[in-house]
Amino acid sequence: MKELLWLIVALPLAGALLLTLAGKRLPRLAIAFIGVGSVTFAAILAIVVGLDFLHGNAAGIPYEQFLWQWINVGGFSPNVAFNLDTVSLTFIFVITFVGALIHLYSAQFMWKEDGYARFFIYMNLFVAFMLVLVLADNMLLMYMGWEGVGVCSYLLIGFWYKDPANGYAARKAFIVTRIGDTAMAIGLFILFITYHTLNIHDVLAAAPGKWPVGSSIAVTTALLLLCGGVGKSAQLPLQTWLPDAMAGPSPVSALIHSATMVTAGVYLISRTHVLFELAPIAQNATAIIGAITLLMAGVAALNQHDIKKVLAYSTISQIGYMFLALGVGAWSAAIFHFMIHAFFKALLFLGAGAVILVMNDEHNMFKMGGLWKKLPITFWTFLIGAGSLTALPLLTAGFYSKDKILWLAYSSDRGSVWLWLAGLTGTFITALYTFRMVFIVFFGKTKGEPTYRPGIFMTIPLVVLGLLSLGAGFIELPDNIGHVTLLSDFIEKTLPATMVMRYGNNIELLFQIIAAMVAIGGVATAYVYYFNKPFPAAEPERTKLQNFFYKGWDFDLLYNTIIVRPVVFLSRIDKNDCIDRCYTGIAALTLTLHKLFSTTQNGKLRTYATVVAIGAIVILTIIFYL
Amino acid sequence: MNIPMEQGLLLAAVLFCIGLGGVLLRRDIIFMLLSIEVMLNAAGLAFIVAGAKWGQADGQVMFIFILTMAAAEVSVGLALIIQMFMKFKSIDTDVASTMNG
Repeated sequence: MKELLWLIVALPLAGALLLTLAGKRLPRLAIAFIGVGSVTFAAILAIVVGLDFLHGNAAGIPYEQFLWQWINVGGFSPNVAFNLDTVSLTFIFVITFVGALIHLYSAQFMWKEDGYARFFIYMNLFVAFMLVLVLADNMLLMYMGWEGVGVCSYLLIGFWYKDPANGYAARKAFIVTRIGDTAMAIGLFILFITYHTLNIHDVLAAAPGKWPVGSSIAVTTALLLLCGGVGKSAQLPLQTWLPDAMAGPSPVSALIHSATMVTAGVYLISRTHVLFELAPIAQNATAIIGAITLLMAGVAALNQHDIKKVLAYSTISQIGYMFLALGVGAWSAAIFHFMIHAFFKALLFLGAGAVILVMNDEHNMFKMGGLWKKLPITFWTFLIGAGSLTALPLLTAGFYSKDKILWLAYSSDRGSVWLWLAGLTGTFITALYTFRMVFIVFFGKTKGEPTYRPGIFMTIPLVVLGLLSLGAGFIELPDNIGHVTLLSDFIEKTLPATMVMRYGNNIELLFQIIAAMVAIGGVATAYVYYFNKPFPAAEPERTKLQNFFYKGWDFDLLYNTIIVRPVVFLSRIDKNDCIDRCYTGIAALTLTLHKLFSTTQNGKLRTYATVVAIGAIVILTIIFYL
Repeated sequence: MNIPMEQGLLLAAVLFCIGLGGVLLRRDIIFMLLSIEVMLNAAGLAFIVAGAKWGQADGQVMFIFILTMAAAEVSVGLALIIQMFMKFKSIDTDVASTMNG
């Protein structure tokens, strides 16, 4: 059955094509059926293919599916071929499964919108490109998927294109990620020049023999790839696009800007882990970027009033945790947190989307309140998601994944107590902003009545993701609590195990207790400051510092000052150089001639007759006398 | 009676110039149409004179053609004038100059 691997990619692609060709003529029900059905079948197929792949393959030998040769030019011959190993299997499972749930949700969420078919075309296309990204066996195909998801992200952020602000947000996302992509492309060129192939497996196999550890070329390449990952995963310093990307519909934020696309950077780094191991500087940079990002984004999330912006900064912060894990060589911990994060963050975005929808498009948390009685299912599932994001101990999946990262940030051979402290501080901030959101939105005085309750197709994904946010953590338990290592065993068939330097169950237990106390302390602090407090139903008043955090540490202002304004200034100066003058001159000449000739066309019959008569006389004169 | 060809052609030329002057100077569209008729008849006269000079029937045949064409042209022209009058409430051609570039 694993020969059907190509069909997992082909199904969403076929859905997108079918809707493109026939979407305008189909009724909404048929559009929903095609859009949701294609991804659902892909999810079922992913499970079937995954089971068949694992059957009798205890070592996790990768399965290669060659489809056709893409190009063959001067020794460069990338194939269109898919590579299935335990890492890509985890990713395609999350993409198709969470993707199917979000499609089901959006079938009802988007029901009243114009462009229903257009929405599902973009969503299906996105899933197809995302699957290409994670399944590609060479980096060129991966890059195609990488750019493809970028395009779909652009199209979906600007889905409500009639508002110019949404178009601006879409362009910003596209251009900012393009900076990282350019760096990544340069990295791919270096890889090709050195190894004469872009096949991931071949490059990774040849790299340790060719580049010594810490050599400058290895560091350069790894840093360039890191730049690509940083752009796509909205890490410092290219994180500014993600909060603006919330202009898209909520299911888009759930699927693209939290669960799947923004974790492509995590996938890229873990896929090219050999290169990062050859470049300790780049790997340390990954950890430090992750640590700083998770703190900065957490503080920014604390000062938002738009519920989706809170979640956006939270996503940046959580991906910071994944980068931290990658940086200390905790590959399986990063992928574990990616998976759990996909579940609970998709859940939170879908819950927030439901709240926004029933509150008549109200994004401001301070205009909500007391919703827990009115929207019980949304509230309980949202609470589970929030608990998982906060990493409430023992019950939630988020605890196990985050605890693993925190422990390895300290105990791995690249870890340090500073990284651990950064992660721990992040845990406190996470708990604080998460429960600030929960308390303001669902408790306190009622400030607005929900117009209706979310329907059944919006509720089912919430419940399923809620169950996963609770239960999915039990596939991987720490040594001292249960000691289950299903996922890390699974991932370590492909990626190397983490080098643990510091052992000791007592220290680990101590660390777990500290992390748990910090998380609970964060919730308690949020309770003291935000529970049942009479906030005015408006944008909160902010001090100057809070405003600075609210604007995401004023990165937009910084970039405007040091990049955008000089470029605009230079291009304004450059507008009148000699080459431009040449072209504007041609245009001006044409315009003058046009005006001259158009005056002869004055609409007066007598003038025309006169001109005809004069012309006749002139011609006759020429004929007779010349 | 035998009219010399020169005088006949001179008459045709004078008639043609009168007609042309009418087309160029008049603003009234009905007078412009009349002037065109004069020009057509001047051309017809030139054909007749030439036909008489060479003793052939071709000139008269051409004149009958011109006559038929003139009848058709007048019917179309008058219809257009009625349309123009309904649209512009005027038969002044300078008023109907909305097709300027």
